[in-house]
Amino acid sequence: MSRAELLSPEGLRIDGRRPAELRKITSTTCVLSQADGSAYLEHGNTKVLAAVYGPREARHRALVLHDRAILNVELNVAPFSTGERRRRSKNDKRLLEMASFVKQTFEPVVIATLYPRSQIDIYLQVIQHDGGTLQACINATTMALIDAGIAMTDYVCACTAGWVEREAAIDLNYIEESSDTSEVTIAMLPKSSKITLTQMESRLHVDKLEEVFRLAGEGCKQMYEVMDKTIRDRAEDLARKMAV
Amino acid sequence: MLRQKAFMKKTRSGKVLKVVKEHYLRDDIWCSVETCKVCEHTEPVLSAVPSINKAFPLPHYIIPDTNIFINQIDVMEHTLITNVIVLQTVLEEVKHLSLPIYQRVRDMIANKEKRFYVFSNEHHRGTFIEKLKDESPNDRNDRAIRVATKWYGNHIKDLNPRVSVVMMTDDAGNRDKATADGLQAISVKWYIEALDNTEILDMMSSAKDLDDGQKTIYDEHLSPAHVSNGIKSGKYLQGKLGISSHNYLEGSIYTKINGEEGTILIVGRSNLNRAVDGDIIAVELLPKSEWRTTPTGVVVDEEEEQAEEESLKAEQEAAASAAKEDTVMAEPEDEKTATAAVETHKLDTPQPCGKVVGIIRRNWRQYCGFIDRKSVHTPAGSSAPVNVLFYAMESKIPKIKIRTRQAHSLLGKRIIVAIDSWPRTSRYPIGHFIRALGEAGDKSTETEVLLLEHDVPFHEFSKQVLSFLPVEGENWVVQPEHFAGREDFRSLNVCSIDPPGCTDIDDALHVVPLANGNYQVGVHIADVTHFVKPGNVMDQEAASRGTTVYLVDKRIDMLPSLLGTNLCSLRSNVERLAFSCIWELNKDAEIVNVRFTKSVIASKASLTYEEAQNRIDDANMQDDVTSGIRILNMLAKKLKQRRLDMGALTLASPEVRFSLERDTQDPVDVEMKELKETNALVEEFMLLANISVARKIYEKFPDSAMLRCHPQPPSANFEKLEKAVARFGINIDHSTSKTLSDSLDNAVLPEEPYFNKLLRIMTTRCMMQALYFCSGAQIEQEFRHYGLATDIYTHFTSPIRRYSDVMVHRQLHAAIDSSVSYGDELTDKEKMNELCGNLNHRNRMAQQAARSSVELFTHLFFKNKTEEEEGYVIRILKNAFIVLVPKYGIEGIVYASAKVSKPTADSGETASAQSQPILVYNPETDCLQSTEPLAEGETPKTQVQLFQKVMVQISIDDDLKGGGEGGMRQKLKMELLKPWIEGISVHGIANKDDPEAHAVTSNKREEAPVQAQDKKRAGKRTKI
Repeated sequence: MSRAELLSPEGLRIDGRRPAELRKITSTTCVLSQADGSAYLEHGNTKVLAAVYGPREARHRALVLHDRAILNVELNVAPFSTGERRRRSKNDKRLLEMASFVKQTFEPVVIATLYPRSQIDIYLQVIQHDGGTLQACINATTMALIDAGIAMTDYVCACTAGWVEREAAIDLNYIEESSDTSEVTIAMLPKSSKITLTQMESRLHVDKLEEVFRLAGEGCKQMYEVMDKTIRDRAEDLARKMAV
Repeated sequence: MLRQKAFMKKTRSGKVLKVVKEHYLRDDIWCSVETCKVCEHTEPVLSAVPSINKAFPLPHYIIPDTNIFINQIDVMEHTLITNVIVLQTVLEEVKHLSLPIYQRVRDMIANKEKRFYVFSNEHHRGTFIEKLKDESPNDRNDRAIRVATKWYGNHIKDLNPRVSVVMMTDDAGNRDKATADGLQAISVKWYIEALDNTEILDMMSSAKDLDDGQKTIYDEHLSPAHVSNGIKSGKYLQGKLGISSHNYLEGSIYTKINGEEGTILIVGRSNLNRAVDGDIIAVELLPKSEWRTTPTGVVVDEEEEQAEEESLKAEQEAAASAAKEDTVMAEPEDEKTATAAVETHKLDTPQPCGKVVGIIRRNWRQYCGFIDRKSVHTPAGSSAPVNVLFYAMESKIPKIKIRTRQAHSLLGKRIIVAIDSWPRTSRYPIGHFIRALGEAGDKSTETEVLLLEHDVPFHEFSKQVLSFLPVEGENWVVQPEHFAGREDFRSLNVCSIDPPGCTDIDDALHVVPLANGNYQVGVHIADVTHFVKPGNVMDQEAASRGTTVYLVDKRIDMLPSLLGTNLCSLRSNVERLAFSCIWELNKDAEIVNVRFTKSVIASKASLTYEEAQNRIDDANMQDDVTSGIRILNMLAKKLKQRRLDMGALTLASPEVRFSLERDTQDPVDVEMKELKETNALVEEFMLLANISVARKIYEKFPDSAMLRCHPQPPSANFEKLEKAVARFGINIDHSTSKTLSDSLDNAVLPEEPYFNKLLRIMTTRCMMQALYFCSGAQIEQEFRHYGLATDIYTHFTSPIRRYSDVMVHRQLHAAIDSSVSYGDELTDKEKMNELCGNLNHRNRMAQQAARSSVELFTHLFFKNKTEEEEGYVIRILKNAFIVLVPKYGIEGIVYASAKVSKPTADSGETASAQSQPILVYNPETDCLQSTEPLAEGETPKTQVQLFQKVMVQISIDDDLKGGGEGGMRQKLKMELLKPWIEGISVHGIANKDDPEAHAVTSNKREEAPVQAQDKKRAGKRTKI
């Protein structure tokens, strides 16, 4: 009882959402003039900036693959992103791990064979952290890659879901995440419903897994709609400008 | 429908943190009124035509504020209060202020008949408000309540102008603001008064208005900040107050004094300063000069007489004013108890004394008890409100002043009362009436009282709980699919041995001789966890009940009886699911190997101890079951011998069994419980199973296994006993359980056959309580079970009646079958610890309730009876001694002072106008002795010592607490017959007319002033 009530008997979560509701999502692309592609994404208070450079010549010769492009992902978390100021080193294992998750997620989706002997750099910056960083990073990366015009087989939409008290809920915020909730992040190709990433670090009862997965999948589909709309709006906007 | 509003919060211990939280406002929070067409709620909670009250002509919904719930929760729980809108703001505040009350509010919300609806106003677009600049959180919340009320008012006005909402608050300022906003607002008092129902009026908690005119009786408590600083700096000491069961004006806390653990006495009304038993308090030590000797000092001196005079005077005054409507309480007679207890005799070893400076946490609960007849002065039938005094059944609780309009109808009844407050101006805490239980002395009422007093949940199982029972109900049978993961033991000769009349059979046994000369022995335990799945409502209910409570005439089940006495019960000739523990034992009953498995069994016979014993003894019986029992018996004896060699203790307690009359359930006879060889048979194998299981689950769950330990008793517990038996040339060595068990075996007095049993009973009382614990919470050395002399122990064998066993079953299942999925209920150390705490509490309460039930039936048995019996002195008090009568297993106090009693017997020893100690306490020899002057080396004429054999006369004391007829707190009265001590002893009924008969036994010459009367509250039995 000492813990905060994450899901009230009235069915509202701590911030007033219902279990199957996403937070408010704001997204824009082409926010950086320097990068080849960029995107800014907000999942409620989780704010992520993604920049894509490339495909361009690989920096290290040794890493070059002659038949396809290599992906390089770097993740950085701003010291002011959480309530308590904390500077993270570049070699923070958590960050490296998260970056490698993003890399693995996109490797099968980006059609790298189109860009042999080159490198695609993805830089992620977490500006504010309020739970669900990984899903936000993946979603932002998808939009930045599209913005950069890099060929992909499909969108990659990510969403977290977890077992909050007695029900499955999606898009957990920081408070929900940090109170011992079992949480799953999945990344999905919305058209084929294929899953390119599942990540779970806590114990979850097998009986509950299916429900959590189903809800996360639905969350991904919702994400897709939001992201697709942003991309299409942007494209229409560009088309209109070019027509003028 | 997502509308986003982010706002900021800040701070957390030490560092200043900026917390940004999202806060979504919604359009889909409905009003939940039945007739509302606008809202899309599916199951409306609030009825279309709500309550009517004289104060408001229109039917209305009530919107209470936080303080209404905090202060008047009992009123809100009354069935008259329905159709209440509980705002989220209010609910959150309640939760923040008091979790127990929050839980009660939640229970009301869950109760469909109460029609309490939670309106999430904080997330509603129309009712959310931002905190204004310079507005305190309280003001903001009050405003939020007003805004929500206004919203509701407008909302329902649109759909039905004949209905309104009323805001209920006791804050006059808030009411004014509400009226200014055009809202209807009312205080609880007005609202309830307009209801015209005396019962609910009585339940209203009295407002905490302090009259300046009254003189303050108590010192002010220090502020919480002050107290916590004082505790940190070591100026004050913190502890949980335990009030002495003999004197409610004397309490103690157990805490660290200058780094050493010790007890601090708190004596007297002003030092206790409004603390009640169980409160967590801050205590300041008194200067050494005011420290007191141990409570074994003697009372009675001039001071008392003085106080007595005062009290008499005050009493007369009270009598004079009794005619007045609002009674002045005749209180001062207690004063004497206070002074009597406070006075000090400076001896060598003063005990630290302290005074309460602050109360850290109240531990008030609801109390069962009765109204003091003397405090009711209004003519019968009057329904004017009067203040009356309430006595709790538990003697540790002070009298409580309650205001009631139904004083006369409540007289002679058991009622429940809650304490509201204890202002400085009031001698007694102020409380309010909650409900009446029934007539005092009535068996069912008294049973309810004892269940309530021991916090035993005894309500019927809710529909929700019952919904988790198998749908087949009684017709449930083992199906082929149940065999998955189970071994088929149906062909084995399994049998169960239990006490007669046992319907919840949770264990059964079998034995098979093996080809290699060893034996396969199986213990089969009812597979309760097959039916009770973790986390569901039935499981939660069982976890909170913790144990089945056995009373003399009934049983309060932990699990619904369909499971307990049918589906789980291993009855004969029915296929049942079991959890089996199978050993291979060699001829010397040593374990060759052990394994555990879930199984299906079909018991061949369910025997009583006696039947099993008869089968063993009857040489003609040669069937498989009987020969199996014989082998088991042989093995059990070897097991027992080995256990005893290891130092297991054989202790004793005087347990009795009542023969009840079939229809009325009145006790007609009492007998001691008898133990047969077969009792030990079952017990041995259960112990073996428990130990084997404990090892297994500890191996699998080193951090979270549920185990049971029995700590070694500290040597202080044995001091008095050692001294007493030294007289008989007997030495008790309690350094290990082995030495203790040996010394007990050697302690035999040929001339007194009962002595050994008595000694064992008394040793039992020196023991510590065995406890459940979570293996991660203690070091391995502390796992030891002292009494059983084993290094690890748990409870596995009675899952039907103990929840601990259910947990152990789950852990064992997870340990033997890796495919079993389980949640953190088995691995979370914290949760396990919490559960252990609850189970220990429930267990203790269940034991005490069972004992009280026996006590109750003993009283019923002795009603209108007077018996003369042999007894033994088992405890010496400062001015009394306690006698145990083995025949009935009862104990009673015999007082060592003679008293002149007044016709109106009131609270305890205070009744006496004059007390003359006939026997005084001698701390050196721990005995009571006569007062005549002694020459050096001379033994006193008369003395009462531990273990002394006495004759006593047992009857029911009809003198009533609360001064009046009706048998309020009946107590067993024991009076001394032999040895004859003038002033204490009484003439037995048998030879009342023959004083000469006593002259023989009496060797006393002194004239005792009067006959002794014991009116003191009989002490509760010492707990082990």
